[in-house]
Amino acid sequence: MSLQVDNLRVYYQTLRGDVKALDGATFAVADDEIMGLAGESGCGKTTLGHSLIRLAAPMRYVEGRVTLDGDELPVWDSARMNEFRFKRVSIIPQYAMNALNPTRKIGRMIAELLESRGVTYKSIEPELRRRLDLVKLVHSVLDLYPIELSGGMKQRMVMVISTLLDPSLLIADEITSALDVSSQKAVAEMLVEFRNRGFVKSMIVVTHDISVLYQIADTILIMYAGKLAEKAPTETIIHAPRHPYTRLLISSLPEIGVKYADTRLTGIPGNPPLLLAPPIGCRFRERCPVAFDKCREEPPFIEIAPGHFIACWQESGTHAQA
Amino acid sequence: MLKLENLSKVYKVGTFGGQELRAVSEVSFEAADGEVISLIGESGSGKSTIGKLILRLITPTGGRITFDGVDVGGLKGAAFKEYYRRVQGVFQDPFSSYNPIFKADRVFHNVRQEFFPRVPPAEWHDKVCRSLEAVGLNPEHVLNKFPHQLSGGQLQRFLIARALLLDIRFLVADEIISMLDASTRIDVLNLLADLKARGLSILFITHDLSLANYISERAVILYRGCVAEMGATGKIFEQPQHPYTRMLMASVPRLDKKWSVGEPAPKVVPAKLTAGCVYFDRCPLPAKDADCAVTRPPLIEVSPDHRVACSKL
Repeated sequence: MSLQVDNLRVYYQTLRGDVKALDGATFAVADDEIMGLAGESGCGKTTLGHSLIRLAAPMRYVEGRVTLDGDELPVWDSARMNEFRFKRVSIIPQYAMNALNPTRKIGRMIAELLESRGVTYKSIEPELRRRLDLVKLVHSVLDLYPIELSGGMKQRMVMVISTLLDPSLLIADEITSALDVSSQKAVAEMLVEFRNRGFVKSMIVVTHDISVLYQIADTILIMYAGKLAEKAPTETIIHAPRHPYTRLLISSLPEIGVKYADTRLTGIPGNPPLLLAPPIGCRFRERCPVAFDKCREEPPFIEIAPGHFIACWQESGTHAQA
Repeated sequence: MLKLENLSKVYKVGTFGGQELRAVSEVSFEAADGEVISLIGESGSGKSTIGKLILRLITPTGGRITFDGVDVGGLKGAAFKEYYRRVQGVFQDPFSSYNPIFKADRVFHNVRQEFFPRVPPAEWHDKVCRSLEAVGLNPEHVLNKFPHQLSGGQLQRFLIARALLLDIRFLVADEIISMLDASTRIDVLNLLADLKARGLSILFITHDLSLANYISERAVILYRGCVAEMGATGKIFEQPQHPYTRMLMASVPRLDKKWSVGEPAPKVVPAKLTAGCVYFDRCPLPAKDADCAVTRPPLIEVSPDHRVACSKL
């Protein structure tokens, strides 16, 4: 078991109180698993991704345990996390294009980065060059400043740098969202390639674009308003989702071939609750078409079939009885 | 109604503006009343530039745009203002379309000051409320709020409501869906479709082909400022002809089919302007030859309302 997260709670401190952005997450990511993490904006998916690598103010650690390959990650202690960052946990940030230091040539920047982690540039250089070949970047980019690279080249460069020390866990935060379809496909396929070649053991791909996840992810975790709603193998989430939120989310996606004139798709009425004082019980209750009395209590996130977890009384209740 | 004829835009780039960047190159198409036209292309294909040219935020280098037969480029004074009563735009990022220190309704006050100074306040308030209801917002919930108190989808609908206050007939919708969540996305898209049913024409600029197919009846595929393929959406989506369109179609992430294995041709930045086919560097067709590199293929009609700019089909 590569990554195990137990009851992780991370709040944002504001003057008006804590915003419960991540309120009790328990899940696991296996070796060689690409887990997609999806949900609406403000559902806590980015908070979850970031809390596994850099939990900085105004984020506040409340409780929970994270273990990676059997070792506990001190996510609450930013200084101690330094031992793990880049080497064992790494991230490709959302705006990868702006993640490079503009005042250094790329090669020098990488050398400084490696030194700060106690690795010599010389020892890693041959591997670095092999990986540049893999993503089709010429070696001379190492002698260029970031401004001399196009957006797509910078994106590939950041992907190579982030995975250079073969981390156990890679977090890719909305990296395909700003790209057009052809670049999106290239970047997404590169993530899979990195996993297949063993550069990265497990991966969490954070995105709101479920159709991209369907292409590359092994499992998908759906979040809603700071809570986990459903986690299952990709095929199950797309073709046989059980949580009402997942169902509505999947059915609101327009597909090629669907035309307004033939089928009018519908969105999900209502808005997600404010997380400053979230409602008690199931947080999707207000918008849920199948809510009933029991939903005033908080549904547990339980396994209803092998590898299929869900937090919904309608589904888990019937399952428990059966 | 709105017609683009051989429209071109060349930017001066590089040190001292020594080089030229041809953002839009001889693009022609026409929008009829109540028609939604999708403008599709990768980033850098010139789709937003065409939107800005229509809104006269920038001036064309060549060609012209006519609205009901009148050349838009020559409009001045009252006639120019009248043009903005008819043609309006909504842009990608709803958050940066507002001034965060003012309440969001200021966009409505601005319209009133500029276009309806003589309308009494009560009547104006009615008009604003009706406009908000038309975009599916409850005026009580959204008026008198600051931009940060509203969601992205609400802000985007606010801007459409603002455009509806004027008697618009043409809306330039530049990537207005791409920053929204999947669940609100479809609501804004349905709103556009409802407006279309009321006779509004829309230029729907996007790089998401499934959205374009959902809403529009005609599509224009752009590559580096040139039209690669255009015509009825159904035909383009069912039988894409141009290799570029096919590559785009194959890259769309779908829920019913996995990507076929094989990388899409990587983007190449060509060193200089070409007189030939702009897609030459990336074209995978075995039939491509030296002629492609020097002669730009014209748009050829392959079937009624379906034209393709490729000489090797």
